[in-house]
Amino acid sequence: MDLRNLTIDAARSAVAEGKTTATALAESYFAKIESDDPKIGAYLMLSKERALTKAGEVDALAKKGEKLPPLAGVPVGIKDVLVTKGVRTTAGSKILSNYIPPYDCTAVARLESAGAVVLGKLNCDEFAMGSSNENSAYKPVHNPRDLSRVPGGSSGGSAAAVAADMAVATLGSDTGGSIRQPASFCGVLGLKPTYGRVSRYGLIAFASSLDNIGPFAKTAKDAAIMLRTIAGRDPMDSTSAEVPVPDYVSEVDKPVKGMKVGVAKEYFGEGLEPETRAAIEAAIQKLAKLGCEIVDVSLPHTKYAIPAYYLVATAEASSNLARFDGVRYGHRAKAVRSLSDMYRRSRDEGFGAEVKRRIMLGTYALSAGYYDAYYLKAQRVRTLLTNDFIEAFKKVDVIVGPTSPTPAFKLGEKVDDPLAMYLADIYTVTANLAGIPGISIPVGNSKESLPIGMQIFGKHFDEATILRLAHAYEKAA
Amino acid sequence: MKVTEKDVTYVADLANLELSEQERTRMVRDLNSILGHVDSLNELDTTNVPPMAQVSDRFGLDDSRQGSARFAYASRDDIHEGLRKSLPHDVVLANAPDSDGTFFKVPKVIEK
Repeated sequence: MDLRNLTIDAARSAVAEGKTTATALAESYFAKIESDDPKIGAYLMLSKERALTKAGEVDALAKKGEKLPPLAGVPVGIKDVLVTKGVRTTAGSKILSNYIPPYDCTAVARLESAGAVVLGKLNCDEFAMGSSNENSAYKPVHNPRDLSRVPGGSSGGSAAAVAADMAVATLGSDTGGSIRQPASFCGVLGLKPTYGRVSRYGLIAFASSLDNIGPFAKTAKDAAIMLRTIAGRDPMDSTSAEVPVPDYVSEVDKPVKGMKVGVAKEYFGEGLEPETRAAIEAAIQKLAKLGCEIVDVSLPHTKYAIPAYYLVATAEASSNLARFDGVRYGHRAKAVRSLSDMYRRSRDEGFGAEVKRRIMLGTYALSAGYYDAYYLKAQRVRTLLTNDFIEAFKKVDVIVGPTSPTPAFKLGEKVDDPLAMYLADIYTVTANLAGIPGISIPVGNSKESLPIGMQIFGKHFDEATILRLAHAYEKAA
Repeated sequence: MKVTEKDVTYVADLANLELSEQERTRMVRDLNSILGHVDSLNELDTTNVPPMAQVSDRFGLDDSRQGSARFAYASRDDIHEGLRKSLPHDVVLANAPDSDGTFFKVPKVIEK
Protein backbone atom coordinates (compact mmCIF):
# COMPACT_ATOMS: atom_id res chain seq x y z
CA MET A 1 0.00 0.00 0.00
CA ASP A 2 1.27 3.46 -0.91
CA LEU A 3 1.68 5.40 2.30
CA ARG A 4 2.19 8.74 0.56
CA ASN A 5 -0.86 10.97 0.93
CA LEU A 6 -2.68 8.19 2.78
CA THR A 7 -5.57 9.82 4.66
CA ILE A 8 -7.59 8.57 7.62
CA ASP A 9 -10.63 7.69 5.51
CA ALA A 10 -8.50 5.96 2.86
CA ALA A 11 -6.68 3.88 5.48
CA ARG A 12 -9.89 2.96 7.29
CA SER A 13 -11.72 2.09 4.05
CA ALA A 14 -8.83 -0.08 2.88
CA VAL A 15 -9.11 -2.07 6.12
CA ALA A 16 -12.93 -2.15 6.04
CA GLU A 17 -13.03 -3.31 2.43
CA GLY A 18 -10.43 -6.00 3.00
CA LYS A 19 -7.83 -4.42 0.66
CA THR A 20 -5.40 -4.65 3.55
CA THR A 21 -5.50 -5.49 7.24
CA ALA A 22 -4.81 -3.20 10.16
CA THR A 23 -1.92 -5.51 11.05
CA ALA A 24 -0.38 -5.31 7.57
CA LEU A 25 -0.82 -1.54 7.56
CA ALA A 26 0.90 -1.19 10.95
CA GLU A 27 3.73 -3.45 9.72
CA SER A 28 4.23 -1.27 6.61
CA TYR A 29 4.50 1.81 8.82
CA PHE A 30 7.01 0.10 11.11
CA ALA A 31 9.05 -0.89 8.05
CA LYS A 32 8.92 2.69 6.78
CA ILE A 33 9.99 4.03 10.19
CA GLU A 34 12.86 1.54 10.40
CA SER A 35 14.12 2.52 6.96
CA ASP A 36 13.60 6.31 7.06
CA ASP A 37 13.59 7.43 10.67
CA PRO A 38 17.31 6.99 11.39
CA LYS A 39 17.98 10.11 9.32
CA ILE A 40 14.98 12.07 10.66
CA GLY A 41 14.77 11.12 14.35
CA ALA A 42 11.01 11.58 14.79
CA TYR A 43 10.40 8.57 17.05
CA LEU A 44 11.84 8.08 20.54
CA MET A 45 10.13 4.75 21.11
CA LEU A 46 8.02 2.31 19.12
CA SER A 47 5.08 0.57 20.80
CA LYS A 48 4.90 -2.48 18.53
CA GLU A 49 3.22 -4.81 20.96
CA ARG A 50 0.49 -2.34 21.80
CA ALA A 51 0.03 -1.43 18.12
CA LEU A 52 -0.23 -5.00 16.90
CA THR A 53 -2.65 -5.94 19.68
CA LYS A 54 -4.92 -3.06 18.69
CA ALA A 55 -4.55 -3.84 14.97
CA GLY A 56 -5.49 -7.47 15.73
CA GLU A 57 -8.68 -6.30 17.47
CA VAL A 58 -9.62 -4.16 14.48
CA ASP A 59 -8.93 -7.03 12.08
CA ALA A 60 -11.13 -9.35 14.15
CA LEU A 61 -13.97 -6.81 13.94
CA ALA A 62 -13.48 -6.42 10.19
CA LYS A 63 -13.48 -10.17 9.70
CA LYS A 64 -16.82 -10.45 11.45
CA GLY A 65 -18.12 -7.79 9.05
CA GLU A 66 -18.93 -5.40 11.86
CA LYS A 67 -19.12 -1.65 11.36
CA LEU A 68 -15.68 -0.23 12.05
CA PRO A 69 -15.11 2.85 14.25
CA PRO A 70 -13.92 6.11 12.57
CA LEU A 71 -10.18 5.53 13.08
CA ALA A 72 -10.18 1.74 12.67
CA GLY A 73 -6.68 0.56 11.86
CA VAL A 74 -5.35 4.10 11.35
CA PRO A 75 -1.67 4.28 12.42
CA VAL A 76 -0.96 7.32 14.59
CA GLY A 77 1.99 8.65 16.58
CA ILE A 78 1.90 10.37 19.97
CA LYS A 79 4.11 13.19 21.24
CA ASP A 80 6.17 11.96 24.16
CA VAL A 81 4.63 14.46 26.61
CA LEU A 82 1.39 12.45 26.55
CA VAL A 83 1.48 9.52 28.96
CA THR A 84 0.85 6.01 27.67
CA LYS A 85 0.20 3.18 30.10
CA GLY A 86 3.06 0.71 30.05
CA VAL A 87 4.92 2.55 27.27
CA ARG A 88 7.91 4.63 28.36
CA THR A 89 7.16 8.37 28.36
CA THR A 90 10.08 10.77 28.73
CA ALA A 91 8.80 14.24 27.76
CA GLY A 92 12.11 14.42 25.86
CA SER A 93 13.91 14.66 29.21
CA LYS A 94 16.63 12.63 30.91
CA ILE A 95 14.83 13.11 34.22
CA LEU A 96 12.08 10.75 32.97
CA SER A 97 14.32 8.35 31.05
CA ASN A 98 12.88 5.33 32.91
CA TYR A 99 9.32 6.48 33.47
CA ILE A 100 6.61 3.92 32.67
CA PRO A 101 3.25 5.64 33.16
CA PRO A 102 0.56 3.74 35.11
CA TYR A 103 -2.30 5.35 33.13
CA ASP A 104 -3.27 6.65 29.69
CA CYS A 105 -3.74 10.23 28.57
CA THR A 106 -7.45 10.80 27.77
CA ALA A 107 -6.76 11.97 24.20
CA VAL A 108 -4.73 8.82 23.48
CA ALA A 109 -7.38 6.58 25.06
CA ARG A 110 -10.06 8.24 22.93
CA LEU A 111 -8.06 7.69 19.73
CA GLU A 112 -7.60 4.02 20.58
CA SER A 113 -11.28 3.62 21.46
CA ALA A 114 -12.00 4.91 17.96
CA GLY A 115 -9.77 2.17 16.54
CA ALA A 116 -6.47 4.02 16.08
CA VAL A 117 -3.22 2.06 16.21
CA VAL A 118 -0.52 3.81 18.28
CA LEU A 119 2.83 3.24 16.55
CA GLY A 120 5.02 4.95 19.13
CA LYS A 121 6.15 8.03 20.96
CA LEU A 122 7.41 11.09 19.14
CA ASN A 123 10.46 13.21 19.81
CA CYS A 124 10.03 16.74 21.16
CA ASP A 125 11.82 19.52 22.97
CA GLU A 126 12.37 18.67 26.62
CA PHE A 127 9.07 19.26 28.48
CA ALA A 128 7.81 20.90 25.26
CA MET A 129 10.12 23.86 25.81
CA GLY A 130 11.58 24.98 22.52
CA SER A 131 10.90 26.07 18.96
CA SER A 132 13.32 23.83 17.07
CA ASN A 133 13.28 20.40 18.73
CA GLU A 134 16.98 20.88 19.49
CA ASN A 135 16.22 20.77 23.23
CA SER A 136 15.34 17.08 23.14
CA ALA A 137 17.64 15.31 25.59
CA TYR A 138 17.81 12.33 23.22
CA LYS A 139 18.38 13.52 19.67
CA PRO A 140 17.42 16.36 17.36
CA VAL A 141 14.73 15.89 14.69
CA HIS A 142 15.66 16.71 11.10
CA ASN A 143 13.11 18.39 8.85
CA PRO A 144 12.05 15.78 6.24
CA ARG A 145 11.91 18.52 3.58
CA ASP A 146 15.56 19.52 4.19
CA LEU A 147 17.59 17.43 6.62
CA SER A 148 19.93 20.33 7.45
CA ARG A 149 17.01 22.25 8.92
CA VAL A 150 14.93 22.03 12.08
CA PRO A 151 11.38 20.65 11.97
CA GLY A 152 10.22 23.35 14.39
CA GLY A 153 9.20 22.70 17.94
CA SER A 154 8.34 21.68 20.34
CA SER A 155 6.25 18.99 18.60
CA GLY A 156 8.94 18.50 15.93
CA GLY A 157 8.66 14.71 15.87
CA SER A 158 4.87 14.87 15.48
CA ALA A 159 5.14 17.19 12.47
CA ALA A 160 8.04 15.31 10.87
CA ALA A 161 6.32 11.92 11.24
CA VAL A 162 3.28 13.11 9.27
CA ALA A 163 5.42 14.92 6.68
CA ALA A 164 7.59 11.81 6.13
CA ASP A 165 4.62 9.40 5.99
CA MET A 166 5.68 7.67 9.20
CA ALA A 167 2.12 8.05 10.60
CA VAL A 168 -1.21 8.99 9.04
CA ALA A 169 -1.79 11.57 11.77
CA THR A 170 -0.24 12.44 15.14
CA LEU A 171 -0.93 14.22 18.39
CA GLY A 172 1.16 17.10 19.68
CA SER A 173 0.86 19.77 22.33
CA ASP A 174 0.83 23.54 21.91
CA THR A 175 1.69 25.93 24.74
CA GLY A 176 2.98 28.84 22.62
CA GLY A 177 2.88 27.51 19.06
CA SER A 178 4.33 24.03 19.49
CA ILE A 179 1.81 22.47 17.10
CA ARG A 180 1.32 25.26 14.57
CA GLN A 181 4.96 26.29 14.04
CA PRO A 182 6.33 22.76 13.34
CA ALA A 183 3.31 22.11 11.10
CA SER A 184 4.27 25.17 9.06
CA PHE A 185 7.98 24.19 8.96
CA CYS A 186 7.19 20.64 7.77
CA GLY A 187 4.37 21.44 5.35
CA VAL A 188 1.48 19.72 7.17
CA LEU A 189 -1.63 20.89 9.05
CA GLY A 190 -1.48 21.47 12.77
CA LEU A 191 -4.43 22.47 14.96
CA LYS A 192 -4.34 24.04 18.42
CA PRO A 193 -7.89 23.79 19.77
CA THR A 194 -9.60 26.25 22.13
CA TYR A 195 -8.36 26.00 25.72
CA GLY A 196 -10.75 23.55 27.38
CA ARG A 197 -11.81 21.84 24.15
CA VAL A 198 -9.56 18.81 24.67
CA SER A 199 -8.85 17.25 28.06
CA ARG A 200 -5.30 17.76 29.31
CA TYR A 201 -5.46 14.67 31.53
CA GLY A 202 -2.24 12.79 30.95
CA LEU A 203 -0.40 15.69 29.32
CA ILE A 204 2.81 16.27 31.30
CA ALA A 205 2.21 19.88 32.36
CA PHE A 206 4.41 22.74 31.14
CA ALA A 207 2.16 25.82 31.61
CA SER A 208 -1.28 24.70 32.69
CA SER A 209 -3.22 27.79 31.61
CA LEU A 210 -1.67 27.69 28.12
CA ASP A 211 -1.22 23.97 27.32
CA ASN A 212 -3.38 22.29 24.66
CA ILE A 213 -3.38 18.91 22.96
CA GLY A 214 -4.11 18.90 19.24
CA PRO A 215 -3.66 16.97 15.99
CA PHE A 216 -1.26 17.03 13.04
CA ALA A 217 -2.68 15.78 9.75
CA LYS A 218 -2.28 15.88 5.99
CA THR A 219 -5.75 17.28 5.27
CA ALA A 220 -8.29 19.52 7.00
CA LYS A 221 -10.77 16.65 7.00
CA ASP A 222 -8.28 14.40 8.81
CA ALA A 223 -7.66 17.15 11.37
CA ALA A 224 -11.46 17.36 11.81
CA ILE A 225 -11.73 13.60 12.39
CA MET A 226 -8.90 13.69 14.93
CA LEU A 227 -10.40 16.65 16.79
CA ARG A 228 -13.90 15.14 16.83
CA THR A 229 -12.40 12.04 18.43
CA ILE A 230 -10.39 13.72 21.19
CA ALA A 231 -12.62 16.74 22.00
CA GLY A 232 -15.17 17.09 24.76
CA ARG A 233 -15.62 17.18 28.49
CA ASP A 234 -13.57 14.78 30.58
CA PRO A 235 -14.24 14.47 34.33
CA MET A 236 -10.51 13.88 34.82
CA ASP A 237 -9.69 17.49 33.78
CA SER A 238 -11.82 20.09 35.53
CA THR A 239 -10.82 22.73 32.96
CA SER A 240 -12.14 20.64 30.06
CA ALA A 241 -15.22 22.56 29.08
CA GLU A 242 -18.78 21.36 29.06
CA VAL A 243 -19.39 22.75 25.58
CA PRO A 244 -21.05 20.51 22.94
CA VAL A 245 -18.69 19.09 20.29
CA PRO A 246 -20.02 19.69 16.77
CA ASP A 247 -19.48 17.19 13.98
CA TYR A 248 -16.40 18.90 12.59
CA VAL A 249 -16.26 16.44 9.70
CA SER A 250 -19.61 17.41 8.20
CA GLU A 251 -18.94 21.08 9.02
CA VAL A 252 -15.86 21.25 6.77
CA ASP A 253 -17.94 20.87 3.63
CA LYS A 254 -20.12 23.91 4.30
CA PRO A 255 -19.54 26.88 1.96
CA VAL A 256 -17.18 29.73 2.85
CA LYS A 257 -18.73 32.35 0.57
CA GLY A 258 -19.37 35.49 2.57
CA MET A 259 -17.12 34.44 5.43
CA LYS A 260 -15.47 37.51 6.96
CA VAL A 261 -11.70 37.00 7.05
CA GLY A 262 -9.73 39.44 9.17
CA VAL A 263 -6.18 40.49 8.37
CA ALA A 264 -4.25 42.19 11.18
CA LYS A 265 -1.52 44.60 10.12
CA GLU A 266 0.45 43.78 13.27
CA TYR A 267 1.14 40.33 11.80
CA PHE A 268 2.81 41.78 8.72
CA GLY A 269 5.35 44.08 10.36
CA GLU A 270 9.09 44.13 10.82
CA GLY A 271 10.77 40.73 10.92
CA LEU A 272 8.40 39.02 8.51
CA GLU A 273 10.48 37.57 5.69
CA PRO A 274 9.42 38.93 2.26
CA GLU A 275 8.92 35.48 0.73
CA THR A 276 6.68 34.41 3.61
CA ARG A 277 4.74 37.66 3.35
CA ALA A 278 4.22 37.14 -0.39
CA ALA A 279 2.98 33.58 0.13
CA ILE A 280 0.48 34.67 2.80
CA GLU A 281 -0.73 37.58 0.69
CA ALA A 282 -1.26 35.23 -2.26
CA ALA A 283 -3.19 32.84 -0.02
CA ILE A 284 -5.41 35.71 1.17
CA GLN A 285 -6.11 36.57 -2.48
CA LYS A 286 -7.21 32.97 -3.00
CA LEU A 287 -9.60 33.25 -0.05
CA ALA A 288 -11.05 36.39 -1.65
CA LYS A 289 -11.56 34.44 -4.88
CA LEU A 290 -13.47 31.81 -2.89
CA GLY A 291 -15.93 34.52 -1.96
CA CYS A 292 -14.56 35.47 1.45
CA GLU A 293 -14.76 39.08 2.46
CA ILE A 294 -11.31 40.36 3.49
CA VAL A 295 -11.52 42.84 6.36
CA ASP A 296 -8.72 44.84 8.00
CA VAL A 297 -8.58 44.38 11.77
CA SER A 298 -6.17 45.50 14.45
CA LEU A 299 -4.59 43.55 17.30
CA PRO A 300 -2.75 46.51 18.82
CA HIS A 301 -0.98 44.76 21.70
CA THR A 302 0.66 42.05 19.59
CA LYS A 303 4.20 43.34 20.19
CA TYR A 304 3.80 42.71 23.92
CA ALA A 305 2.81 39.09 23.44
CA ILE A 306 6.29 37.56 23.63
CA PRO A 307 7.33 39.20 26.92
CA ALA A 308 3.92 38.50 28.49
CA TYR A 309 4.00 34.92 27.27
CA TYR A 310 7.51 34.13 28.46
CA LEU A 311 6.71 35.43 31.96
CA VAL A 312 3.38 33.59 32.32
CA ALA A 313 4.66 30.36 30.76
CA THR A 314 7.88 30.19 32.77
CA ALA A 315 6.16 31.12 36.04
CA GLU A 316 3.72 28.25 35.57
CA ALA A 317 6.53 25.94 34.46
CA SER A 318 8.62 26.67 37.55
CA SER A 319 5.68 25.53 39.65
CA ASN A 320 4.72 22.51 37.51
CA LEU A 321 8.29 21.20 37.31
CA ALA A 322 8.73 21.32 41.08
CA ARG A 323 7.24 17.80 41.12
CA PHE A 324 10.42 16.37 39.60
CA ASP A 325 12.37 15.84 42.77
CA GLY A 326 13.65 12.27 42.55
CA VAL A 327 11.21 10.94 45.14
CA ARG A 328 8.21 9.30 43.44
CA TYR A 329 9.45 8.81 39.87
CA GLY A 330 12.22 9.88 37.56
CA HIS A 331 15.95 10.29 38.00
CA ARG A 332 17.51 10.31 41.47
CA ALA A 333 21.12 11.38 41.97
CA LYS A 334 23.46 8.83 43.56
CA ALA A 335 25.46 9.21 46.78
CA VAL A 336 23.63 12.23 48.12
CA ARG A 337 24.40 13.88 51.46
CA SER A 338 20.89 14.94 52.46
CA LEU A 339 17.31 15.29 51.23
CA SER A 340 17.87 18.78 49.87
CA ASP A 341 21.11 17.68 48.25
CA MET A 342 19.14 14.88 46.60
CA TYR A 343 16.52 17.29 45.22
CA ARG A 344 19.11 19.64 43.82
CA ARG A 345 21.45 17.14 42.30
CA SER A 346 18.62 15.05 40.84
CA ARG A 347 17.21 18.14 39.14
CA ASP A 348 20.65 19.43 38.10
CA GLU A 349 21.50 16.09 36.46
CA GLY A 350 18.03 15.46 35.03
CA PHE A 351 17.08 18.80 33.45
CA GLY A 352 18.65 20.29 30.33
CA ALA A 353 19.83 23.88 29.85
CA GLU A 354 16.60 25.36 28.43
CA VAL A 355 14.44 23.78 31.11
CA LYS A 356 16.71 25.18 33.83
CA ARG A 357 16.66 28.59 32.14
CA ARG A 358 12.84 28.65 32.15
CA ILE A 359 12.58 27.40 35.73
CA MET A 360 14.99 30.18 36.74
CA LEU A 361 13.14 32.89 34.80
CA GLY A 362 9.77 31.74 36.17
CA THR A 363 11.04 31.50 39.74
CA TYR A 364 12.57 34.96 39.44
CA ALA A 365 9.29 36.42 38.09
CA LEU A 366 7.39 34.91 41.02
CA SER A 367 9.90 35.76 43.73
CA ALA A 368 9.27 38.33 46.48
CA GLY A 369 9.75 41.86 45.14
CA TYR A 370 9.32 40.90 41.50
CA TYR A 371 5.87 39.25 41.50
CA ASP A 372 3.96 42.50 40.79
CA ALA A 373 6.45 43.89 38.32
CA TYR A 374 6.71 40.73 36.25
CA TYR A 375 4.12 38.01 36.81
CA LEU A 376 1.13 40.19 37.68
CA LYS A 377 2.07 42.71 34.98
CA ALA A 378 2.18 39.92 32.39
CA GLN A 379 -1.25 38.69 33.50
CA ARG A 380 -2.69 42.17 33.05
CA VAL A 381 -1.18 42.40 29.57
CA ARG A 382 -2.69 38.98 28.87
CA THR A 383 -6.11 40.56 29.46
CA LEU A 384 -5.29 43.30 26.93
CA LEU A 385 -4.13 40.76 24.33
CA THR A 386 -7.30 38.73 24.84
CA ASN A 387 -9.47 41.84 24.55
CA ASP A 388 -7.75 42.60 21.22
CA PHE A 389 -9.12 39.32 19.83
CA ILE A 390 -12.59 39.80 21.36
CA GLU A 391 -12.85 43.21 19.71
CA ALA A 392 -11.55 41.99 16.35
CA PHE A 393 -13.91 39.01 16.36
CA LYS A 394 -16.89 41.39 16.65
CA LYS A 395 -16.12 42.30 13.02
CA VAL A 396 -14.87 39.02 11.51
CA ASP A 397 -15.35 35.24 11.64
CA VAL A 398 -11.65 34.31 11.44
CA ILE A 399 -8.28 36.08 11.38
CA VAL A 400 -5.45 34.95 9.10
CA GLY A 401 -1.73 35.64 9.04
CA PRO A 402 1.66 33.95 8.89
CA THR A 403 2.38 31.13 11.35
CA SER A 404 6.08 31.94 11.58
CA PRO A 405 8.07 34.96 10.34
CA THR A 406 10.45 32.66 8.42
CA PRO A 407 10.48 29.12 7.02
CA ALA A 408 12.48 26.40 8.82
CA PHE A 409 15.91 27.59 9.95
CA LYS A 410 19.14 25.55 10.06
CA LEU A 411 19.97 23.20 12.90
CA GLY A 412 22.28 25.06 15.30
CA GLU A 413 21.40 28.48 13.90
CA LYS A 414 19.65 29.88 17.01
CA VAL A 415 20.68 27.40 19.64
CA ASP A 416 22.99 29.83 21.48
CA ASP A 417 20.57 32.74 21.55
CA PRO A 418 17.46 31.97 23.62
CA LEU A 419 15.93 35.40 23.03
CA ALA A 420 16.15 35.04 19.22
CA MET A 421 14.51 31.64 19.55
CA TYR A 422 11.69 33.10 21.69
CA LEU A 423 11.07 35.98 19.27
CA ALA A 424 10.34 33.51 16.47
CA ASP A 425 7.11 32.59 18.34
CA ILE A 426 5.68 36.08 17.82
CA TYR A 427 2.63 35.02 15.77
CA THR A 428 1.66 31.93 17.72
CA VAL A 429 1.83 32.76 21.45
CA THR A 430 -1.14 35.15 21.22
CA ALA A 431 -3.64 32.32 20.65
CA ASN A 432 -2.45 30.53 23.80
CA LEU A 433 -2.66 33.66 25.93
CA ALA A 434 -6.20 34.36 24.67
CA GLY A 435 -7.21 30.67 24.60
CA ILE A 436 -8.54 30.82 21.04
CA PRO A 437 -8.13 28.05 18.46
CA GLY A 438 -5.65 28.31 15.59
CA ILE A 439 -4.63 26.10 12.69
CA SER A 440 -1.57 26.25 10.45
CA ILE A 441 -2.07 25.10 6.86
CA PRO A 442 0.54 24.81 4.10
CA VAL A 443 0.15 27.57 1.51
CA GLY A 444 3.30 27.41 -0.57
CA ASN A 445 7.03 26.99 -0.69
CA SER A 446 10.01 29.29 -0.55
CA LYS A 447 12.58 29.41 -3.39
CA GLU A 448 14.54 26.82 -1.41
CA SER A 449 11.47 24.54 -1.41
CA LEU A 450 10.77 25.12 2.27
CA PRO A 451 7.11 25.00 3.28
CA ILE A 452 5.31 28.18 4.36
CA GLY A 453 2.31 28.00 6.68
CA MET A 454 -0.68 30.28 7.07
CA GLN A 455 -2.40 30.51 10.40
CA ILE A 456 -6.16 30.82 10.82
CA PHE A 457 -7.45 31.97 14.22
CA GLY A 458 -11.05 31.39 15.28
CA LYS A 459 -13.39 32.46 18.04
CA HIS A 460 -13.45 30.49 21.30
CA PHE A 461 -14.88 27.01 20.65
CA ASP A 462 -15.30 27.73 16.94
CA GLU A 463 -12.84 25.20 15.49
CA ALA A 464 -15.54 24.27 12.97
CA THR A 465 -15.15 27.56 11.09
CA ILE A 466 -11.34 27.48 10.86
CA LEU A 467 -11.44 23.85 9.70
CA ARG A 468 -14.07 24.79 7.10
CA LEU A 469 -11.86 27.57 5.71
CA ALA A 470 -8.79 25.31 5.77
CA HIS A 471 -10.73 22.67 3.83
CA ALA A 472 -12.02 25.17 1.25
CA TYR A 473 -8.49 26.51 0.70
CA GLU A 474 -7.09 23.01 0.33
CA LYS A 475 -9.71 22.05 -2.28
CA ALA A 476 -9.08 25.23 -4.27
CA ALA A 477 -5.27 25.03 -4.12
CA MET B 1 22.59 44.53 34.48
CA LYS B 2 19.42 43.69 36.38
CA VAL B 3 20.28 40.21 37.48
CA THR B 4 23.54 39.61 39.30
CA GLU B 5 25.39 36.42 40.10
CA LYS B 6 24.05 36.78 43.66
CA ASP B 7 20.45 36.87 42.36
CA VAL B 8 21.06 33.75 40.30
CA THR B 9 22.37 31.92 43.36
CA TYR B 10 19.33 33.03 45.39
CA VAL B 11 16.79 32.08 42.71
CA ALA B 12 18.51 28.73 42.05
CA ASP B 13 18.16 28.05 45.75
CA LEU B 14 14.42 28.80 45.63
CA ALA B 15 14.05 26.51 42.60
CA ASN B 16 16.00 23.63 44.15
CA LEU B 17 18.71 23.81 41.53
CA GLU B 18 22.43 23.84 42.23
CA LEU B 19 23.89 24.98 38.87
CA SER B 20 27.56 24.71 38.02
CA GLU B 21 29.85 27.76 37.93
CA GLN B 22 29.60 27.78 34.15
CA GLU B 23 25.79 27.48 34.23
CA ARG B 24 25.55 30.43 36.62
CA THR B 25 27.61 32.70 34.41
CA ARG B 26 25.53 31.76 31.42
CA MET B 27 22.30 32.22 33.40
CA VAL B 28 23.24 35.79 34.38
CA ARG B 29 23.72 36.60 30.70
CA ASP B 30 20.55 34.88 29.46
CA LEU B 31 18.22 36.21 32.17
CA ASN B 32 19.46 39.77 31.59
CA SER B 33 18.95 39.43 27.86
CA ILE B 34 15.39 38.13 28.28
CA LEU B 35 14.41 40.55 31.05
CA GLY B 36 15.75 43.43 28.95
CA HIS B 37 13.16 42.53 26.34
CA VAL B 38 10.45 42.06 28.97
CA ASP B 39 10.87 45.70 30.10
CA SER B 40 8.80 46.81 27.11
CA LEU B 41 5.70 45.79 29.10
CA ASN B 42 6.24 48.93 31.20
CA GLU B 43 5.19 51.02 28.20
CA LEU B 44 1.63 49.90 28.97
CA ASP B 45 -0.45 51.49 31.72
CA THR B 46 -2.28 48.53 33.23
CA THR B 47 -3.44 50.19 36.45
CA ASN B 48 -7.11 49.45 35.77
CA VAL B 49 -6.66 46.21 33.85
CA PRO B 50 -7.58 43.06 35.79
CA PRO B 51 -5.02 40.23 35.70
CA MET B 52 -5.96 37.11 33.75
CA ALA B 53 -4.73 33.90 35.34
CA GLN B 54 -6.57 31.63 32.96
CA VAL B 55 -8.96 31.49 30.04
CA SER B 56 -11.81 29.30 31.26
CA ASP B 57 -13.34 31.76 33.69
CA ARG B 58 -14.17 34.04 30.77
CA PHE B 59 -15.27 31.66 28.06
CA GLY B 60 -17.46 28.62 28.00
CA LEU B 61 -20.97 27.32 27.70
CA ASP B 62 -22.70 29.77 29.99
CA ASP B 63 -21.68 33.37 29.39
CA SER B 64 -23.97 34.60 32.16
CA ARG B 65 -21.66 33.07 34.74
CA GLN B 66 -18.20 34.27 35.67
CA GLY B 67 -15.26 32.82 37.56
CA SER B 68 -15.68 29.59 39.46
CA ALA B 69 -19.47 29.59 38.88
CA ARG B 70 -18.67 28.53 35.33
CA PHE B 71 -17.25 25.30 36.69
CA ALA B 72 -20.30 24.27 38.68
CA TYR B 73 -20.50 21.15 36.52
CA ALA B 74 -17.03 20.11 37.60
CA SER B 75 -17.88 19.91 41.30
CA ARG B 76 -19.11 16.81 43.05
CA ASP B 77 -20.43 15.74 46.41
CA ASP B 78 -17.79 15.27 49.07
CA ILE B 79 -18.20 11.53 49.37
CA HIS B 80 -15.88 8.92 50.82
CA GLU B 81 -13.26 7.81 48.25
CA GLY B 82 -14.43 10.48 45.82
CA LEU B 83 -15.59 9.65 42.31
CA ARG B 84 -12.93 7.09 41.62
CA LYS B 85 -10.48 4.89 43.40
CA SER B 86 -6.80 5.76 43.59
CA LEU B 87 -4.24 3.65 41.79
CA PRO B 88 -3.16 0.52 43.68
CA HIS B 89 -0.21 0.93 46.04
CA ASP B 90 2.21 -1.28 44.09
CA VAL B 91 1.44 0.51 40.83
CA VAL B 92 2.18 3.89 42.39
CA LEU B 93 5.46 2.67 43.85
CA ALA B 94 6.58 0.95 40.65
CA ASN B 95 8.34 4.07 39.33
CA ALA B 96 9.93 5.04 42.65
CA PRO B 97 13.75 5.25 42.60
CA ASP B 98 13.71 3.76 46.11
CA SER B 99 10.91 2.27 48.21
CA ASP B 100 10.39 -0.37 50.88
CA GLY B 101 7.19 -1.62 49.28
CA THR B 102 5.00 0.56 51.50
CA PHE B 103 6.67 3.97 51.45
CA PHE B 104 8.89 6.06 49.19
CA LYS B 105 12.35 6.04 50.73
CA VAL B 106 14.41 9.22 50.89
CA PRO B 107 17.61 10.28 52.68
CA LYS B 108 17.25 11.34 56.29
CA VAL B 109 15.01 14.43 56.50
CA ILE B 110 16.08 15.73 59.90
CA GLU B 111 19.81 15.91 60.45
CA LYS B 112 21.37 16.30 63.84
